[in-house]
Amino acid sequence: MSEQLRHDPLIIAGKEYSSRLLVGTGKYRDLDETRRAIEASGAQIVTVAVRRTNIGQNRDEPNLLEAVSPEKYTILPNTAGCYTADDAVRTCKLARELLDGHDLVKLEVLGDQKTLYPNIVETLKGAEMLVKDGFKVMVYTNDDPIVAKQLEDMGCVAVMPLGSLIGSGLGILNPHNIRLIMEAANVPILVDAGVGTASDAALAMEMGCEGVLMNTAIAAARDPLLMASAMRKAIEAGREAFLAGRMPRKKYASASSPMDGII
Amino acid sequence: MRIVLNGDTMELRDASSLADLVEQLGLGGKRIAAEVNMEIVPRSQHATLRLNDGDQVEIVHAIGGG
Repeated sequence: MSEQLRHDPLIIAGKEYSSRLLVGTGKYRDLDETRRAIEASGAQIVTVAVRRTNIGQNRDEPNLLEAVSPEKYTILPNTAGCYTADDAVRTCKLARELLDGHDLVKLEVLGDQKTLYPNIVETLKGAEMLVKDGFKVMVYTNDDPIVAKQLEDMGCVAVMPLGSLIGSGLGILNPHNIRLIMEAANVPILVDAGVGTASDAALAMEMGCEGVLMNTAIAAARDPLLMASAMRKAIEAGREAFLAGRMPRKKYASASSPMDGII
Repeated sequence: MRIVLNGDTMELRDASSLADLVEQLGLGGKRIAAEVNMEIVPRSQHATLRLNDGDQVEIVHAIGGG
């Protein structure tokens, strides 16, 4: 086994992570299932959403950050539900206050509710504002190589093109574009959104993505804990296959057993 | 006095501080962030910030999301 494999961290904004699987915390049955699924996934970076507290209706409501502790995980607050750069920036500032100055955020500015496709004009605007304000921005975007490069040039610490629509489970619909994005990139490229099952995650990693961010693929599986474990292995297997370098594709057979000594 | 808290109008004792409001909501000591009139109020200033009639207050926390 090569030296590379023994120490092969994902580096985001100067910090090393041994896991290349990033997971969300939405859509689970309860906080206990959330906690156990995340544990099974081996993820170290965990996304959360920022929302209004309910005001006194449910005083003993359990707190997500008690189940998924910022001491144990790198919490990645997202701007899900934001449709303008201004709303996204406002959400990030609240998140920074919420997390005691922690400034790593996932920027996503959405275009419409049906597709949750990113609004690129607002995403670029939001990224610029956040970087200027000192945030370390991991940005959800479409699979356009030009846009991905612009986001990198603006100072985003990671660019995260979609594999397919958020929560669709359709896998990576345009692997060619993801490859073009990776080819030009000097920051980590992670596939964010669209993964449906383990092979989708493995494919992303085999292509050379630095990591994969997913939520629904695990949370909406019949057995989320088992799927979390499957995803952990798929990410590791895909990464190792990428580093190992696949054999060339050939048109005809090539015998694995020697021809000499055949009876 | 009246404030708008998370989009809903609410009656509040005059001269309440932001910390008083947070306590009254049962959110004391919890991981929350607050904004008054679109400006973040750092936790260290919750006790000293006096709320005024008509203030727009937002209190947020982290919930599950991707």
